[in-house]
Amino acid sequence: MSAREDILRRVRTALGDGGGPVPVPREYRRRAALSRRDVVALFGERVADSRAAVRHVGADELVTAMAAMLWAREAKGIAVPADLPPGWLGGLEGVRALTDVPALDPAVLAESDGVVTGCSLAIAETGTVVLDGGRAQGRRELTLIPRHHLCVVHADQIVGTVPEAVARLDPYRPLTWISGPPDGRGLEVLVVED
Amino acid sequence: MRFADAARPELADPSSRRTRRQAATRARARQAEATAGLPDWERLREAGAAIRDRTLRDLGAHLEALEASVTEEGGRVHWARDAAEARRIISRLLPGDTEAGLVRSDVTDEIGLEGGNAGPHTRAAVVGARFLVAETGTLVVTDPGESLTFPGTVVVVAGIEDTVPTWSDLEVLLQLLPRSEAGRRMHPAVSTRTGDLQLVLLDNGRTRALADETGRAALRCIHCSACRDVCPVYERTGARPYGPGRAGPIGAVLTPQLGGVEASLGASLPFASTLCGACADVCPVKIDIPGLLVHLRGEVVESRRRRPVPTPELLLMRGLAWSMGDERRYEQTLVRRARWAGLLARDGRIRRLPGLLGKWTDARDLPVPPRQSFRAWWRRRP
Amino acid sequence: MRIAVFITCWGDALFPGTGKAMVRLLERLGHEVTFEPAQTCCGQMHWTTGYRPEAISLARRFAEVFRDHELIVTPSASCAATVRTAYPRMDPALAGLRVYELTELLVDILGVTDVGASYPHRVTYHPTCHSVRALGLGDRPLRLLRAVRGLELAGLPAADECCGFGGAFAIKNADTSVAMVADKIAHIHETGADIVCATDDSCLAHIGGALSRLRSGVRAVHIAEILASEEGAGERAAAGTGGVPGRIAERMTRRVRRSEAR
Ligand code: SF4
Repeated sequence: MSAREDILRRVRTALGDGGGPVPVPREYRRRAALSRRDVVALFGERVADSRAAVRHVGADELVTAMAAMLWAREAKGIAVPADLPPGWLGGLEGVRALTDVPALDPAVLAESDGVVTGCSLAIAETGTVVLDGGRAQGRRELTLIPRHHLCVVHADQIVGTVPEAVARLDPYRPLTWISGPPDGRGLEVLVVED
Repeated sequence: MRFADAARPELADPSSRRTRRQAATRARARQAEATAGLPDWERLREAGAAIRDRTLRDLGAHLEALEASVTEEGGRVHWARDAAEARRIISRLLPGDTEAGLVRSDVTDEIGLEGGNAGPHTRAAVVGARFLVAETGTLVVTDPGESLTFPGTVVVVAGIEDTVPTWSDLEVLLQLLPRSEAGRRMHPAVSTRTGDLQLVLLDNGRTRALADETGRAALRCIHCSACRDVCPVYERTGARPYGPGRAGPIGAVLTPQLGGVEASLGASLPFASTLCGACADVCPVKIDIPGLLVHLRGEVVESRRRRPVPTPELLLMRGLAWSMGDERRYEQTLVRRARWAGLLARDGRIRRLPGLLGKWTDARDLPVPPRQSFRAWWRRRP
Repeated sequence: MRIAVFITCWGDALFPGTGKAMVRLLERLGHEVTFEPAQTCCGQMHWTTGYRPEAISLARRFAEVFRDHELIVTPSASCAATVRTAYPRMDPALAGLRVYELTELLVDILGVTDVGASYPHRVTYHPTCHSVRALGLGDRPLRLLRAVRGLELAGLPAADECCGFGGAFAIKNADTSVAMVADKIAHIHETGADIVCATDDSCLAHIGGALSRLRSGVRAVHIAEILASEEGAGERAAAGTGGVPGRIAERMTRRVRRSEAR
């Protein structure tokens, strides 16, 4: 008998007829009882709590704010996904954008001064940004290797709770949930409000 | 080795005791704060317990669904009856000349895998899973996800019980796990990957545990280690006396459950608890660990009753039960005991008892039982 | 009210003072106390040590002995917890016995927090694991202690942590058990109290046994003894407060009737 059949048979023998499905009481909160404004504010607080830097800017200030944040870190070469909105880096002088097409070598990523991406969504209660490899996010390596990550979050991408996030996310995409700066690397979150 | 014997050297080391106490105090405070921060914590625990029960009650179907989803998405599922078979499968799957990085988990520890961290330089990885979603074939890890990025081989190892039925179940488990495990609102990183995995599913005693209700309850565990952080016994002894398996209260349940209660470690672990209940209070999936320990104690005692020569403890406990089965016998015992105690006493206390009870008086006095028991007093009341 | 006492095997043999104090206290509050002479042990020790058949027959015996009693009280949180939480697991037919721990009976059923006691000592209270986690006694014992004349209550640091008794644990894992009580004692000493009290004579035997071995001078005393005490209240009693217990009893009976009517 193969191991598969053997284990499945043992599982079935162990359980007998099982006794019917167990109901799951789902009386927990699905949404936060907060206004949009408060959800965005809570996200900012929770990100700051996680020891990541966070800044709130208006849509028209995005370019200047980003440039200021990169200059402040004396960044010279920044990795970016191929589909980063071209406008985002418009205000940069003296900073070279290394576009990830063709895929940048891990050594180049490790040498770069950081990476700039967007995100798929963000969770207020936990101060989390979630990347799914979609628009403006690039492949997973891009955010794992460089020593600094500047993540742009649009206010309308922020949900209140984990259940809201799970309901919106696509299980078939590779997801990376980031809550606070990873060991030895920096994280800055730029919240764009309209 | 018995838990009590293995604990002795650990107890005698003041500096590690101090370190463990400090670590425990910090972990408890963080956990308490993180769980107090969620108004629906108790409702999440209810849901978490039910989700895990639901998984286990119908595990066969969920495993088949998981296999179908993983295969559909381009991965493969391998089945391992025990640790040795799992190790064989893994080494066959890994390309021979590369060094694989390891994302450790309780299961990778269980089958004895060792290795360096996975990083951008490693070409293959062995990954201990946190959860596997049967509905979608998704792997969930609480690790930045380096290991999931390789173009090369990713071998995932999981216990058969690490399955969860649906994607939406994660909305509960990803709230419970980080708060219980690290007192955080969320893990610093959670990564998922669907399909394109070589998945090794491990039995290694789990189907045996699944067969009884207690074993099934223990398999709800989501490996958060909160029970260990609050355990006053673990705080004093550390991990080593729990043996090669998992440490702390759930280890005291699972090790005997997976490996049997006949060996001296398995027979002593169910007794390595005061049944204080701190673990059950914090467990995010509401495992009644003290209840399971009591059940296992019963198994240990039953296995001993079959011995040709009864243990001194069995004789003592049977004798007590016999005398307490009748109030006249009981009272005679009280009178006899008081007489003996009178002989052993000095300055109103007993400093040394013979036999099994000598363990008590090694470090604690016993009050001298008064000549007159309560019932004797009651009878003589005006 | 008519209240049956369950003295516990441990109390009957080793700590009869606790049972006597409980009887004195309940009678002082104007209740009628009965003692079933056939009672022995609830079976806890056998149950938690793994001796199932022995435990179950003791449990059945207990249920038989107390069959006709509406209200049963015991000076032991762990025995009350055994009857209420372990019995239904042993045999569903054993569910539903109304056994209360003493402080629970006083506060919840008799509706009293000032029992007219007097105890001029500095006291700290150790909440035993079963009283906190199995019965959820919360601050009931503390409310009772705060109302005791002359008693100076000192908060115990890390109070919720187990003292290390744990029944068979105290013997089978004696070293770990002693390591735990050593830390408990350090906390008791921090309070500067002369007395440590609790709802369980089993834990108190462990804590008190270690205190006595250390010649610490601090004594372990059951909360029933404190609540029954009239130490230092002699003058007041002589000055004509004899009517108080009677009035308290009257009040109690009225409260109980009201709560039953609800
Ligand atoms: S038994 Fe409960 S508390 Fe302990 S590790 Fe498992 S899930 Fe966590």
